[in-house]
Amino acid sequence: MSKKNSVWSRLFMALVFLFLYAPIFLLIIFSFNEGNSSAIWKGFSLKWYGELFQDRLIMQSVYTTLLVSVLATLIATVAGTFASIGFYNMKRRWREPLVTINNIPMMNADIVTGVSLCLLFVAAFGAWNGFVSWMETTYRLTAPRLYQGFGTLLIAHIAFNIPYVILSVSPKLRQMDKNLIDAAQDLGCTWMQAFWKVALPEIKPGIISGMLIAFTMSIDDFVISYFTAGATTSTLAMTIYSMTKKRVSPEINAVSTLLFGAVLLLLVIVNVMEAHQAKQQAKKYS
Amino acid sequence: MSKELIRLSNCTMAFDGDVVLDNINLYINDQEFLTLLGPSGCGKTTTLRIIGGFQTPTKGDVFFDGVRINDVPPHKRAINTVFQRYALFPHLNVFENIAFGLRIPKVDPETKRKVKLSEEEIHERVMEMLHVVNLNGFEKRSVSSLSGGQQQRVAIARALVNRPKVLLLDEPLGALDLRLRKDMQNELKRIQQAMGITFIYVTHDQEEALSMSDTVVVMDEGKIQQIGTPEDIYNEPKNAFVADFIGESNIIDGIMRADGVVEIFNRRFQCLDKGFEKDEPVDVVIRPEDVDIVDEAAGQLKGTVTNVTFKGMHYDIIVDFYGFKWLIQTTDFCPEGSHIGIKIDPDGFHVMKKSQYSGMFGDYSSYSEEYDEIGDATYDPEQEEDSREALDEEE
Repeated sequence: MSKKNSVWSRLFMALVFLFLYAPIFLLIIFSFNEGNSSAIWKGFSLKWYGELFQDRLIMQSVYTTLLVSVLATLIATVAGTFASIGFYNMKRRWREPLVTINNIPMMNADIVTGVSLCLLFVAAFGAWNGFVSWMETTYRLTAPRLYQGFGTLLIAHIAFNIPYVILSVSPKLRQMDKNLIDAAQDLGCTWMQAFWKVALPEIKPGIISGMLIAFTMSIDDFVISYFTAGATTSTLAMTIYSMTKKRVSPEINAVSTLLFGAVLLLLVIVNVMEAHQAKQQAKKYS
Repeated sequence: MSKELIRLSNCTMAFDGDVVLDNINLYINDQEFLTLLGPSGCGKTTTLRIIGGFQTPTKGDVFFDGVRINDVPPHKRAINTVFQRYALFPHLNVFENIAFGLRIPKVDPETKRKVKLSEEEIHERVMEMLHVVNLNGFEKRSVSSLSGGQQQRVAIARALVNRPKVLLLDEPLGALDLRLRKDMQNELKRIQQAMGITFIYVTHDQEEALSMSDTVVVMDEGKIQQIGTPEDIYNEPKNAFVADFIGESNIIDGIMRADGVVEIFNRRFQCLDKGFEKDEPVDVVIRPEDVDIVDEAAGQLKGTVTNVTFKGMHYDIIVDFYGFKWLIQTTDFCPEGSHIGIKIDPDGFHVMKKSQYSGMFGDYSSYSEEYDEIGDATYDPEQEEDSREALDEEE
């Protein structure tokens, strides 16, 4: 009876994994297909990878994606870390509602975040551009008009990354002995020196994992980017999407495979780091 | 004998209108071992944090060597602190923890230039300190691999290596077990005397306070209840709170009939206390060890034993006198239910003026329930920590 059960449960498990991973394997396999069909295997080739690197549109969007991800990650990490410290030093009755507010954007549907950011930019830039036109006609003074583009894309990415950094740094701060910064100041440090010398080494693992999470969120974001990048800027995800509208080129398989590989690598790094930390913690308290 | 080093003058501290310290006046002499003693939430840690510069009093002034230091940040004070639970830097080894303060460039008061110590000097001073706290050979160890007592010593070394004029210690022995605590008490006293530094020590443990200090400051509800030598505090408590907090006390309502004559239970007793009004109502303290047990017939007071507890060196017995229960410590065994008489020498009485604490302490009627609390040597440091954190929340 129990043996039978275990056979069924294994089968069920296999089905779950098949369902989860079969499409991705299919994608990876067909990215190496010689022919341009997504159904018939015509032999192994790296042809589509070659074409991919020739495609200026894709390469441009890869560059945009990497640039926006790296910049947004760095800025969000710094901002999120300082925000966490701010939360940490707050009185509880202020901190708790603020932490909840911080968590909402992570649970919020991307489409809502995207559309609302888009509306904000449209409204703000509309007002500014109107003001510039008025200045031009009345005072003959001019200023650059603002449109959605790389800047707004970057701002949007920073905005949705910050909560992840805070979420990952805050627990590290709370684990830290409350007296550590006091102790460093007591021994002659200014607050800033105490932060660099004592608090930062303590919360570093949290900062790094927050940074990696932010980067993975940023690199594969589509919905928010779509609403905030404007007409001329395009991330990789947006480019792939627009390509599928015309015809499904196997180039898409190749670029998706690379994207999957990159995100997988980052996830592995995050997990290995966390496992390593857990081990160290266990060692410390054993 | 020595000069005044620190003075708190009319210091009041309030967090969101909650008064934690109420008009504290206190001076601390150079090279003194002073202990702030009181139950949790009495304001002793806040007092320490004000001296250390981690908190600024809402009202009042702090003077160091005659200079007002209210606005001087902690890193500019010649004061170092040993924190509750040590606050060692986990990412640094023992050597680097102790060297931490030495590696921060200090401003020379004469040349106004930042001075950095040479590597040799740092090494020499750290090694010297390791020797003082008896941790030779531990310099390469990670702090998380040390035992509580060893971490404690590192924390002391880390503070003392900076050659402060004053060392603040915030319940430094709270997390150690009883034996280790006794050893460290002697160790701390030895270090204090050897280095000639002023120690300001915060504890809730009355025994620790009595055995280590030159001066004890008993605090409760943000106020200083009594300042004095350990002997003064024990023998001449000022009010029922101090009498109850320091050691065990039977506190009885009495009337001062004349100089040297006190009346309790409608009987007059000879005592040594003077200077009260005639017929003034007073609190009378009788320590459990100052009572002699005699035959019922020969006793000044007669009572019934209601409870006996064997304590090793002596018995703790509860005796009912006319409905009021006393704690008496005796080496003679008196079975439960036996009728006994007692005798008290004149120096066994201590008479105190009535205070807000009168009637709150010193009755052993609820002995059995209260006993666990009273005799608890394995006090729970978490509890104190929690109350402190609750305070910090309010800052």
